[in-house]
Amino acid sequence: MLEIRNVTKVFNPGTSNVKVALDDLSLTLNDGDFVTVIGGNGAGKSTVLNAIAGVWRLDAGSILVDGEDVTAMKEHKRAKYLGRVFQDPMMGTAADMNIDENLALAARRGKRRGLGWGITKAERAGYKELLAQLGLGLEDRITTKIGTLSGGQRQAVTLLMASLQQPKLLLLDEHTAALDPKTAAKVLELTDKIIEENHLTAMMVTHNMNDAIAYGNRLVMMHNGKIILDISGEEKKNLTVELIMKQFNAVSGETFANDRTLLS
Amino acid sequence: MFFNSFLNALPGAVAQGLIWGLMSIGVYITYKILDIADLSVDGTLCTGGAVCAMMMISGHNVWVSMLVATIAGMLAGMMTGVFHVFMGIPPILAGILTQLSLYSINLKIMGVANKGLPSRNYDVLVSMQNVKKMPITENTLFIVLLFNIALIVVLYWFFGTELGCGIRATGSNRKMARAQGINTNMNRVIGLVLSNGIVGLSGALLTQYQGFADVSMGRGAIVVGLAAVIIGESLFGKLLKHNFALKLTQIALGGIVYYIVYQTVILMGIDPDLLKMLSALVVAVFLAIPYIKEEYFPKSYLNKGVKKCSK
Repeated sequence: MLEIRNVTKVFNPGTSNVKVALDDLSLTLNDGDFVTVIGGNGAGKSTVLNAIAGVWRLDAGSILVDGEDVTAMKEHKRAKYLGRVFQDPMMGTAADMNIDENLALAARRGKRRGLGWGITKAERAGYKELLAQLGLGLEDRITTKIGTLSGGQRQAVTLLMASLQQPKLLLLDEHTAALDPKTAAKVLELTDKIIEENHLTAMMVTHNMNDAIAYGNRLVMMHNGKIILDISGEEKKNLTVELIMKQFNAVSGETFANDRTLLS
Repeated sequence: MFFNSFLNALPGAVAQGLIWGLMSIGVYITYKILDIADLSVDGTLCTGGAVCAMMMISGHNVWVSMLVATIAGMLAGMMTGVFHVFMGIPPILAGILTQLSLYSINLKIMGVANKGLPSRNYDVLVSMQNVKKMPITENTLFIVLLFNIALIVVLYWFFGTELGCGIRATGSNRKMARAQGINTNMNRVIGLVLSNGIVGLSGALLTQYQGFADVSMGRGAIVVGLAAVIIGESLFGKLLKHNFALKLTQIALGGIVYYIVYQTVILMGIDPDLLKMLSALVVAVFLAIPYIKEEYFPKSYLNKGVKKCSK
């Protein structure tokens, strides 16, 4: 499904702030994989997702989606394969546009945008049904500006948008980190449900080890732009936080010290 | 006396306000929808006027002349778009560069700094001599009103299409737009082209209306445009905020209010040399209002609660 081959990305090259964000990183995802990605601050978790999404050019390596080399493809062209949800709930939707208009934008991901109507009556009815399934009461407010919704509501709508046009790969970049614990749990449940129902392949970056263990069929840990742990199958099911930390210490030769990850 | 001359000047002020209102709708596309302050319009307005004047002087039909003026405006918009999107120049600077280039281009188009297009010699569509003219189909006020209505209808349709929605998303959240497969670069260029095309058209109308094109006629056009947008929003925003067509209507109304105030100030005998400064200050004050409200008069729900309790 997804092949990341020897990808390197260096930020601020030639300055004193030089940072090797991805260091000759390779990763292959199989169809239907739900991979959780963990790691300390600056490990390169979000950078991997941005590399896949094509936010900037790679310094080396290539990325293949379903066998197609997308390395040189622009961000908006690649979008047809990808559903994306960001950490900042403000980032995933157009605040000045209505809920239904946002959904209509997402429904046209990967399609040519011509002079046909941006949203049709039939679509509106369909979106109402979809929104009703979220159980947030948004189905009665489809013409409200999305900017007036709460962070959790916006993330829920963004998730819906990401799955409206079946993506080959769903990229979730700490999408519950900015939400309060209760809302975060709800959005995470919804994420799991959407991935399951649509049989999506997904990558979820999280700083919450328990979530990383509880969700998905595969767990990847990053450190200094490299993948240092890749656990799947039965082994993944039996993981505990202590086990991960032990493995981390063994592999990296450092002590895992990140309050944010440990405490949450 | 004052009231009489005010009433006399009113139809002209409204007609001129509607022409500037048309231009302000163009400014709205970049400033509000795309979130770009596009300064090229100062040059584009004159480009539209200059092209229209020269075309008509060389014997072309008024409609053809206005069409070419619109296309000239669109090309100017494309120039800003290329500067900004494909050469990575910040939008304000890209607009200034276009504006400066247009100064030379406009001089080259006209050959002189000022070119007359008297309505008695040319078959113009609108003129300040015709603001009270009958039948109504030859009435300038009526014709510029029709232009506004037609533009609002077309834009209402356009921004409801897939392409138009994509442009709105581009202005609202570029990162999100790209994630939804929208070509944000192309959309910004399209927005700038559309906006400057409208400004070019209003330049053509203005030139016919005032009977000449002048190389400095566009100076401060962006400020007038912003003024119309801001006045329209603050005066009529509460009434007309829910629908896109009504939003555009309020800008046209903003243009009219601006010109009525402008005429009033002139009639009151204020030195016309000061008018541009006054316009700039008015816009500065209105632009500052949201900031001042936030910074100096924050809405404190806590304080309100305390007051209520102490009663």
